[in-house]
Amino acid sequence: MWARAGRRVLRAPRGGCRGFASRAGSPETGRIAREVVEHLERLALVDFGGPEAVARLERAVAFADRLRAVDTDGVQPLESVLEDRCLYLRSDNVVEGNCAEELLQNSHRVVEEYFVAPPGNISLPKLDEQEPFSQS
Amino acid sequence: MAAPVLRWCCPARRWILANIDRGPRHGRGAPTGSRSSGKRGQSSVAQQPLVTAQKPRKGEHQWAAVVGLEIHAQISSNSKLFSGSQVHFAAPPNSLVSFFDASLPGTLPVLNRRCVEAAVMTGLALNCHINKKSLFDRKHYFYADLPAGYQITQQRLPIAVKGSLAYSVCVGKKRSQVINKTVRIKQIQLEQDSGKSLHDDLRSQTLIDLNRAGVGLLEVVLEPDMSCGEEAATAVRELQLILQALGTSQANMAEGQLRVDANISVHRPGEPLGVRTEVKNLNSARFLAKAIDYEIQRQIEELENGGEILNETRSFDYKLGCTVPMRDKEGKQDYRFIPEPNLPPLLLYDSASLPAGADPQQVINIDQLREQLPELPSVTREKLVQQYGMLPEHSLTLLNEVGLLEFFQNVMKETRAEPKKVTSWVLNTFLGFLKQQNLAVSESPVTPSALAELLNLLDQKAISSAAAKKVFEELWRSGGKTPAQIVSEKRLELMQDQEALEQLCQATMEEHPQVVMDLKKGNPRAINKLIGLVRKATLSRADPTMIKEMLEKQLSS
Repeated sequence: MWARAGRRVLRAPRGGCRGFASRAGSPETGRIAREVVEHLERLALVDFGGPEAVARLERAVAFADRLRAVDTDGVQPLESVLEDRCLYLRSDNVVEGNCAEELLQNSHRVVEEYFVAPPGNISLPKLDEQEPFSQS
Repeated sequence: MAAPVLRWCCPARRWILANIDRGPRHGRGAPTGSRSSGKRGQSSVAQQPLVTAQKPRKGEHQWAAVVGLEIHAQISSNSKLFSGSQVHFAAPPNSLVSFFDASLPGTLPVLNRRCVEAAVMTGLALNCHINKKSLFDRKHYFYADLPAGYQITQQRLPIAVKGSLAYSVCVGKKRSQVINKTVRIKQIQLEQDSGKSLHDDLRSQTLIDLNRAGVGLLEVVLEPDMSCGEEAATAVRELQLILQALGTSQANMAEGQLRVDANISVHRPGEPLGVRTEVKNLNSARFLAKAIDYEIQRQIEELENGGEILNETRSFDYKLGCTVPMRDKEGKQDYRFIPEPNLPPLLLYDSASLPAGADPQQVINIDQLREQLPELPSVTREKLVQQYGMLPEHSLTLLNEVGLLEFFQNVMKETRAEPKKVTSWVLNTFLGFLKQQNLAVSESPVTPSALAELLNLLDQKAISSAAAKKVFEELWRSGGKTPAQIVSEKRLELMQDQEALEQLCQATMEEHPQVVMDLKKGNPRAINKLIGLVRKATLSRADPTMIKEMLEKQLSS
């Protein structure tokens, strides 16, 4: 298995689940494009914070890519370590709820037993307003 | 751009498609295009009505529309899909919310057995293949009413796939011709509902109520086999009836228990499918067809004007009667589906594969659920047709109106009248009065017993049918009285005394010798005149057929 790792053969991922890594890190350089980083930031609401973070991400993706060295022909992917467990079925009884006061204490702002959120979706600063960082 | 243009709908559309793949099934010739082209004359392209057989432009002049639906039905259960908090429509805000629903750390989903059974029953009723193994996934997006930041759904392997839904549309001038159609069901999946947002634009804030967050939903995905608003609305109505008959969902659109999103595109027949738009927020049965037809029309006009259709999400504005784009210029949503790590695969069994000695509470047997399925609407309708000899479209109407079937059956229980008579009275007279005053069956001032009594009087020939109509009107107006009371009050009884009637006939003939002479000469209308005269003499209390018999007997003697 490890003998293959040196060759860095890139295989197309099996099944419908295209790993994100295959799109992100370009095969030759392993660099992740800036548009991809910005897209990720908006989706996950995570601030990469600068080129060092992106570099770390690229190294992480490259590390994970080494999984491709394993021959998985004809092997079903493991999606959950629970796959052999029995899924417990609960009876349809009302046993929870009625704790509005407790829950509302978690909220920064409350109006008459409603949680208060900013209007519409969470707004992000426009793309061109963000601090540009260069990928050097 | 509103109502008049929308009315083209299905009859015209069917003409368009008749030339392509349906053949001359409806035997329609070219339409006269009479809808509005005459009045609009040579106005601009945008005003041109859909069917333009007279003036072919750019070669082809036909459009075909394709409509697919995603229907979310709230499962009728006591508690939510993954937690034990209550499912209830109206309750103080955030009072039906558990720690899991509020997405507090350390909470885990626990699947509700009743929701799984509801999904399996619905799948069986819709002829689906039930997947013995199905999986749960997370669909990520950020919105304030989705506390976890993701929704647990079944994207990879849903619980039921590849089914069909049969429905019937009524066409023809009097909507008397019934055409059976089928729409394929792509899949049925279990998923969580989100909470409710109340937008307070004034104070620039949104108020969140999580009572609905986590309620079990059945998403039923219908393939794009429908071609206009009416077909879509009829299919949705049939699905509603099925869900209600099964008891899996109350499917009440007004209470948000049934929500519909439509995927709509248009294309020239023979060419590939066009770009589709998604229309959301179709939460009213009344506006479903209108909204879809509007969007079809909008797309056609846009393309005929040389524009293009964007693959976007639109919302239906009820007040304006049109679809408007929903903002969110963040580009296409990426839901980043991942398997739900906290839930093993859902395994279902049938009688053959049921593990021996298994805890019955922990296993679900598909065969057992199949046996317990209640009667479906299509079967009920078939039974009505067989038992009472009514026409299929009558059975459709009976089931379509809420409470009408029960009303009809209650009347049948208490009356000796013929089923055909009862059907006619219930569907024409009774329903007509309801519609005129926009009332539901439950609000009717006439009870089934009252109508049954009235029909009995009619059946016994104690009153004429004209008198019966009068009695019905009076029953409607004054709730309390019985038909018998009204008949005696207004002296509407038919004359039972044969001798008295004979004397009246005789007297009338003597008073009008001219008419009698006309009759003897062979004038066919004279007999009706004579009958009319006798009726007047009896103050409309005699049955015309009886009068006719009597006159003829006397004339021939």
